[in-house]
Order: sequence, then structure tokens, then C-alpha cells
Amino acid sequence: MIDIVLLTLLVVVAIAIIRMKDLFAVVMLTGIYGLLSASFFVAMDAVDVAFTEAAVGAGISTLLMLVVITMTGRKEKPTRHKPFSALFVVIITGGLLIYGTLDMPYFGSADAPIHNHTSPRYINDSMEEIGIPNIVTSVLASYRAFDTFGEVVVIFTAGIGVLTLLCVARSKEYEAEVESINDSMHQQHLVIRIVAKMLIPFIFLFALYVQFHGDFGPGGGFQAGVIFASAIILYAMLFGLSTAHKIINQTLIQLIAALGVLLYGSVGIVSLMNGGNFLDYNVLSSNPITGQHLGILLIEWGVGCTVASVIVVIFFNLAARRAFQQHKKQAQDKESSAC
Amino acid sequence: MLIGLFNDWIVVILMMIGLYIVIAHGNLIKKLIGLTIFQTSVFIFYISMAKVDGGTAPILADGITQYSNPLPHVLILTAIVVGIATTALGLSLVVRIKETYNSIEEEEIQQQDNEEQLSMNKAEENA
Amino acid sequence: MDIVITICSGFFLLVGSFLCISGGIGLLRFPDFYTRMHAVGVTDTLGAGMILVGLMILSTDFLVFAKLVMVLLFTLLIGPTTSHVLAKAAFHNGVIPKDSNNLRQTEEKENTSSIL
Repeated sequence: MIDIVLLTLLVVVAIAIIRMKDLFAVVMLTGIYGLLSASFFVAMDAVDVAFTEAAVGAGISTLLMLVVITMTGRKEKPTRHKPFSALFVVIITGGLLIYGTLDMPYFGSADAPIHNHTSPRYINDSMEEIGIPNIVTSVLASYRAFDTFGEVVVIFTAGIGVLTLLCVARSKEYEAEVESINDSMHQQHLVIRIVAKMLIPFIFLFALYVQFHGDFGPGGGFQAGVIFASAIILYAMLFGLSTAHKIINQTLIQLIAALGVLLYGSVGIVSLMNGGNFLDYNVLSSNPITGQHLGILLIEWGVGCTVASVIVVIFFNLAARRAFQQHKKQAQDKESSAC
Repeated sequence: MLIGLFNDWIVVILMMIGLYIVIAHGNLIKKLIGLTIFQTSVFIFYISMAKVDGGTAPILADGITQYSNPLPHVLILTAIVVGIATTALGLSLVVRIKETYNSIEEEEIQQQDNEEQLSMNKAEENA
Repeated sequence: MDIVITICSGFFLLVGSFLCISGGIGLLRFPDFYTRMHAVGVTDTLGAGMILVGLMILSTDFLVFAKLVMVLLFTLLIGPTTSHVLAKAAFHNGVIPKDSNNLRQTEEKENTSSIL
């Protein structure tokens, strides 16, 4: 029952996103969309997925889009022509897809083909072969570790891509000017700064808890990395980008991103050197179960490091680009008024 | 049949809404958001296929016999993270496009490209 | 004893849900940004708190109880701060309260420095 209500609300929010022209409202609606789908995932018993969607879709994605629309403008220009051909294509495709779903098994049926091939082996043998209660973590980190390796490399590549596109060289006098403005603003933002200072240690602690508790409940490397990065982003938003640059060394963050991927690959190579297959954790220790636990711990640690540092890198570069654009505009205005 | 296939039909509706936003709207950020809606509809499709009536979350505990299928959860975890990676890269491309063309509307960017192409052709003819 | 616990937690859950619904109605019906935000800020924090207290009464495990206590503490801390930050940002960007003919407010708005 509750999933029917949530899905209907999702369709209503999506139609509202089509109709609105103010990009700020559209980004907020996208955040609401992410949160509603996270609630839907909880109703479907997918707790790990709901955790990741709430952290990533409702948190980081909304934040990055907000930073970008401060740079690109808030209003969308209305189209001059009516998009009838697009509507026609969409209706035809939708009709064909609905015709295709008529053969699908009904929602919740236990004898659907999806439940009968590889999943019984994962559910039944996971405890003896790997020994951790969370089946999703055991499949993600051990049975299908190679896919997770590809995912970590994709995140790392996105970080490199953002660095290539948006890297900005900072000058010394610009830093001093921004810092003096930042200090004078302490009176204005007193309440939020003090509350954030109280909360940020707890956010870090929660990220570490989620990282190591992923074997026993929902959690794991991705969610922990995102929560860790969001604490650093909160600090950077409240206390100014230059203060955050002094605390978080940019070179160190980029190094940690690369080291996370390297750690993941090294676990695989050590398994090869010990006589097993790539990313086969049974050979990492004398007891196979201990080897599995050690392998899962190390690769989740690598995943957490890479995800946290890449999200911090992406946010810092977007924000620095914005500051750079505003600084350039101010310099141009001063020049044109001086001439 | 309506209740049994309701999830699948909502998935098709959301997918088509996302596709419509990508095709019909000119603003680049709106297109990225349409792509996000499309991706999320695929996630909903997989996760609602994984649910088993009377099952619980796939975390082993005493006294539970029926678990929901954990394999689609793993696939969708990877997909969510890859989705945010491509969205972040797309957003930084939009920032650079705004700096170069001073606009993020598809029609205006196409117009500026056409004018530049015309002026280059004219310069070649004169030279 | 069981039925007393169930009735007690049911009462808290119902009061919490009613507060959240009334906050939503206030969001739709109030005329101005500041009044709308006041309605949602107050009722959402208290409503979420009541729902958490209702769940705390029902919990059997000490670990679940401790986690719910921590969530309640953070909700009570973060809710009012968020309302304060929203109102401050709106005031700073020039959203004037609807029925205000107070000259001092407009003077104060002109004197606040602009943030880079």
C-alpha cells in the first residue's frame, strides 16, 4: 500500500519538474525526488540501496547542482516551438514498453525467474563461505568484487575529469582578500557556525561507524565515504573556502583518492601472488574465513577513501571555479571603471 | 493485474517523463535532471523486481526464513554511484560551456556555432 | 502492561503525525514566507520528536533505544538551526515581511554588508 502512494508521489514530482521554469525550484524538487525514492527502497526491503540513494541522490547531487546554478543562472528560457514531435515519440515508446511489461511476473511473486538461478546460492552459502551477516556486502565485496573495482575506477575517473575541466590556479593576494572578508563575517553567522562545530565530530564518527559496520547492517564503503565528504563540505560552506583549503591540503586529498584505488588493486595482486585468482580472498590468510574478512575490510577501506576524497575534490573545484569567475568579473569591472 | 504490474507501469511512465525532458527542453541543466529521473526509474524497476512477498531485508538473522533477493541490490548500488559520477562530470562540462558561450540554452549555443562557421567560411573565401 | 505501553506509544505517534500534518497545512495556507517557515519549523521538530518518543517506548532492545535517543537529540538541535538559517538568508536577500511598515527594518537591511 505504501509503495503505491510513494510511486504516485514520485510521478507527481516528476511532472512538476517538467512544468517549472525556475531552476532553483527544479533542483529542490530533484532532492525531494531522491528522498522519495529512498523511502520507496526502504519499503522494498532494500536497506543498503536506500542508504546510498538518500546520501547520494538527496544529498550530494542536490548540493552539486545548486553550486552549478549559482554560476549558470536561475531561469530557464521558454522554448519558442511546441514540442509535439517529442511528445509523439515519447508516447509511442511508452506504449510499446507497456505492451512489453504485460509478460512480466507479478510484483512480489516468489517463483519469478529472477529468484531461482544464482540468488539461492548467495543466500544459502554466504554464511559458510564468507561469514558475515549482510548478504549484500558479501556479494558486493567478495563474490562480485571485480564489478566493485570497476565502480571505484569510474568514480576516480570522474574526479580526474572534473579536475581537468575545472582546475584553477590561486594567487596569494586574492587569498588574503577573501580571508579578511571571511573573518569579518564571523558575527553574522554565529549561530550556524557554533552548531556546526558541535555537530561535525559526530558526523565524522558516524561515517567511521557506517564504514566498519557494513558487515552487520546496512552500510559499507560508499555510504561512509559520502558522509565523510559531506562533513568536510559543511565545514567549507560555513567557514569559507580558503579556511577549508588550509585545513584540507588539496594535494593530499588527490593522493588519497589514488591510494584508495591502488589499495583495492593491491589486494587483488597479493591474492595472485599467494596462488589464488585475482581478488580471491581465501588465500590471503591461513584460514579462508579470516582471509575473506581481511579482504573485505581492506577493499571497503579503499572504496571509502576514494569516494570521500573524490566528492571533496569535485565540490572544492566547483566552488573554486565560482570564486574565480566572480574575482575575474570584479577585476574587469574595476578596470572598466578606471579607464 | 493492475496491482501486480503497477510498479512496472509507473517505471515506464517515469522513464518516458525523463526521456521527454531530455529531448524537449533546451536548458542543459534540465536535460541532466531528466537523465537523473530516467536513471532512478531503472533503479525502481530492478528493486521492485527483487522484492519477495513476506521477505525481509537480506541481512541474515535468526528466525527468518524468507529473504528478498540481494543480487539486484548490489547492481543498483553500483549504478547509483556511477550515476552521481556522470552527473558531476556533466555539471562541470556545463560550467565550461557557460564560460565559453555565455549561455546554456541549446538553441543559442547552436546559433553561435552556426554564425562562427559562417564567418570562418567567409574568411576562407576572401583569403 | 503491554496494552498500556501500546496505548502510550500510539498516543505519541498520533500526536506526532497530527503535528506534521498541521505543519503541512500551515505551509499551504499562511500568507508570507516567514510565517510559513515558522509553522513548518516548529511543528516539524516537535512532530518528529513525538514520533521518536513513541518508537522509543515500543523498542525492546537497548541498542535500538540508544540509537533513537541520539536521533532525537540531533533532531532537536538541527531543526531550529535550519529555521534560523533559512530566515536569516531570506532577510539578507531582501524578502521583506508582509505587513511590515517598520522603518528601522529597512534601514537595517541597507546597512548589512554584502557577502562575496
